[in-house]
Amino acid sequence: MAVMTRERSVVDRPPPVPRRNYSKWARRAPLLPALIFLIIVTQLPFVATLVISFMKWNSLDPTNRGFAGFDNYVNVFTDPDLRSSVVNTIVLTASVVLISLILGLGLALLLDKKFKGRGFVRTMLIAPFLVVPVAAALIWKHVLYNPEYGLFNGILNWLGFDAQPDWISTMPMSAVVLSLVWQWTPFMMLILLAGLQSKPIEPVEAATIDGASSFQIFRYLTFPHLRQYLELGGLLGSIYIVQNFDAVFTITSGGLGTANLPYMIYQTFYQAHEYGEASAAGVIVVAGSIIIATFALRVVSSLFKEEKR
Amino acid sequence: MNSQWIKHSWGVLAWFCGILFFLPVAWMFLTSLHSESDAATNPPSLAAPLTLDGYTEFFDSGAWPPLINSFSASIGSTIIVLLLAIPAAYALSIKPVEKWTDVLFFFLSTKMMPVVAALLPIYLIAQFAGMLDNISFLTLLYCSMNLPIAVWLMRSFLSEVPKEILEAASIDGAGLITILRRVVAPIAMPGIAATALICFIFSWNELLFARVLTGVVAGTAPVYLTGFVTSQGLFLAKVCAAAVVVSLPVLIAGFAAQDKLVQGLSLGAVK
Repeated sequence: MAVMTRERSVVDRPPPVPRRNYSKWARRAPLLPALIFLIIVTQLPFVATLVISFMKWNSLDPTNRGFAGFDNYVNVFTDPDLRSSVVNTIVLTASVVLISLILGLGLALLLDKKFKGRGFVRTMLIAPFLVVPVAAALIWKHVLYNPEYGLFNGILNWLGFDAQPDWISTMPMSAVVLSLVWQWTPFMMLILLAGLQSKPIEPVEAATIDGASSFQIFRYLTFPHLRQYLELGGLLGSIYIVQNFDAVFTITSGGLGTANLPYMIYQTFYQAHEYGEASAAGVIVVAGSIIIATFALRVVSSLFKEEKR
Repeated sequence: MNSQWIKHSWGVLAWFCGILFFLPVAWMFLTSLHSESDAATNPPSLAAPLTLDGYTEFFDSGAWPPLINSFSASIGSTIIVLLLAIPAAYALSIKPVEKWTDVLFFFLSTKMMPVVAALLPIYLIAQFAGMLDNISFLTLLYCSMNLPIAVWLMRSFLSEVPKEILEAASIDGAGLITILRRVVAPIAMPGIAATALICFIFSWNELLFARVLTGVVAGTAPVYLTGFVTSQGLFLAKVCAAAVVVSLPVLIAGFAAQDKLVQGLSLGAVK
């Protein structure tokens, strides 16, 4: 939304010369269908959300509809459930992104070395990312975490441990985080691996000849080069995981203190039919995302400029 | 000798991690081929006899309509997205409009807005237009979800077409259509294929919109999966079979697009 005003100057600026006008519009023509479609489908609903967020509107009580001022926002900020869902969203996103970035970095460094069956190991590592998210959540909930016959307790049993914990009810948030880390580590690994493989080889060779240790090479050559890839992975991961609905919905149904904002909005609107409050929460999510997105756009644009050079 | 040993141990560690991450997937496949009673044992029964009962039960329980819905929404939206994105990418790379980077970043910024904030107005529009539980409406939404990704990807693929070849072709008197067909298309084809596969995966995986906007008629495969576990009794093998069947198109598309997967997921920012 923020970029719209900048973008308008491209489309609306009155062209000075009629002949150039024609060629300019001929250039723009292929772009317009996509641009118009996207503005209608993605921008207008946000405007509607903003309007509804200032309305008193419960679909079960249609006669009592009207202007509510900031009531919905006050309700959202004073509702303890909604406040805890903000905290949950931050905890969930931050822990999944951080853990999968660290694991992804380790795996990318391993895969950057030459060993037998590297392609096969890479394929095995990508597989978790290619399981449909709902299916993955179902598998983790019923097939791995299940206290009676899940694989985790089965392995504990094999190894001779007596403990048979009920994973989801004793550590609900960690259970959701673990399943998401499993899915998102391959994503981070792929981005970081691409970063490692685009690293120029000459400085490393020179440093090796000069007697640098492999830690020094990592610290002073590899890591600075990887930094922007780490940033990119972290930001893209945040954008995707902030919106996560599938895992929370499937594994805990938002119970046991794991409801995040998307789940909360879904519930406020779909089950409680509080349209005004759901919209106010939606506006808050957008405001939060704009902050992340500003950083993300900056990183993408710096990579972009580098590529154009 | 020592460094050889270290090199070797890196490989072993990599193999160990690969197997660890793959284990749940492998276990899903194996359990889907077991009978319900063998699937629900503790300790797990590895060598139980294999059967296709889980799959038969899944398909007999009415899995085809949601699978077909998912296919039509995913393939339909992918085709529309490509039809919109390829010309747009052309106007952003080969014959760029002025301030094309601004336009490009506008596309990207729409992708960074959380869809959940638009859920309610879209639901109300669907209700108003009588399009609830309608697969065409969902297809349109998936188009808007994937269009920014496709534009970014196609732009990065089209900008790989060397300017010199395009100039040479037009000096030789080739028209626009000929240039597109003979010069641009052959170079861009792998990129178009990868873009299509990635858009297909994103549409196929989507749950939130499908869950809110569809019901019995237009429910997609992920929605069907979430309602699959309500039945009592043993269901592990059936759930695994369902998960395998629903994930199979994504696994195939993902491995087919493996080389371009990073580029797609990072919206073309990483090669």
